[in-house]
Amino acid sequence: MKIERIAQAGSLESCDILITVEPSKPKTGIHIHLESPAVKQFGDRIKSEITEVVKRLEIQNVKIIAIDKGSLEYCIKARTETALRRASGE
Amino acid sequence: MKKKEAINKQKIKDERLRRTRLYVPGNNPAMVQNASIYGADSLIFDLEDSIPLNEKDAARYLVRNALQNLDFSKIEVTVRINSLETEYCLKDLEAIIPTKPDGILLPKTELLEDVLTIDKELARIEKENNLPIGKIQIMPIIESALGVLNIEKIASGPRVTVIGLGGEDLTADIGAKRTKSGKELEYIASRIILACAANKIQAIDTVFTDINDPQGLFEIAKKAIEIGFQGKSIIHPSQVEPVHRAFMPTEIEIAKAEKIVNAYKDSIKRGLGVISVDGRMIDLPVVIRSERILKRAKAGLATDE
Repeated sequence: MKIERIAQAGSLESCDILITVEPSKPKTGIHIHLESPAVKQFGDRIKSEITEVVKRLEIQNVKIIAIDKGSLEYCIKARTETALRRASGE
Repeated sequence: MKKKEAINKQKIKDERLRRTRLYVPGNNPAMVQNASIYGADSLIFDLEDSIPLNEKDAARYLVRNALQNLDFSKIEVTVRINSLETEYCLKDLEAIIPTKPDGILLPKTELLEDVLTIDKELARIEKENNLPIGKIQIMPIIESALGVLNIEKIASGPRVTVIGLGGEDLTADIGAKRTKSGKELEYIASRIILACAANKIQAIDTVFTDINDPQGLFEIAKKAIEIGFQGKSIIHPSQVEPVHRAFMPTEIEIAKAEKIVNAYKDSIKRGLGVISVDGRMIDLPVVIRSERILKRAKAGLATDE
């Protein structure tokens, strides 16, 4: 899957996460910028959950901005997938 | 006789208690992940009316992931998909079916063919995912005049275990006024209940939209039970309690039901063909109704504790 445009999914409501996806140049890899009230405790885990979805959809290069409001894994992954698919023009 | 057997073979045997079916907007994580704590007998994760068009995809993936990863214990988990004429219907099924929900609510069901189409799609997706064929139930919602006129056929459809009345759209479709007492729906309700009873499936009453009127809800749920509805769809967690209270049988009803069920068990044990309670003959439908009353009583008492 290829990221072709900027897209968003999720919200800033409690238990949700707002994922913004941007295209990036070839061979720049996956970049995630995360804001979360629990960034110290769960920052790495949230990033790895986002990365898991990116890899599953076979995306090599993407920039992701994630603003977390205390979301659980199922939601993080759903929002990431939605944003990525929207960005790919699906 | 043969024809009857053929119909029964397709039928899923289902006697689940569904006093309340709680609608949960499918794109709201806070509500989705807390849905199981309110005590509703059944959950409906909604992909249809509560979801704006530009969020259909987001709700679909959120509900799919929730069903895959969250534990709803023993509560019935169902999903209201978008109706057949939309572009979302098939996408919803493709995403949701692999997570093995108990049932799929099909809004705007008007024809038996609608049910047959969904049945075929379900079978295909079940097969592709190595799931047992025919286990996921179809729960049509009747919300148009045409749907009401075809209710007998729809109720006989494969996988159909529950039929819901969608009162809001239905009153609009027939040009009636939606009143709080619901008198405009009396004939329709009776017809749906009758069709469900003839096919040994459940009829579930429409929603009560005023979430600030628990007494009104209690009274209307009482009426629904009196005419034969076996449950009510609800739109807010606060509506669980009044509806469950309405479903709680009185002590006199419980005592009578116990007497009948005990007499029935006794007659089987002793090989008697006839059941009699207090000198009156009792037939099987009365026994089944009594069992239902005891089931409701048991569920009602369990939540009291």
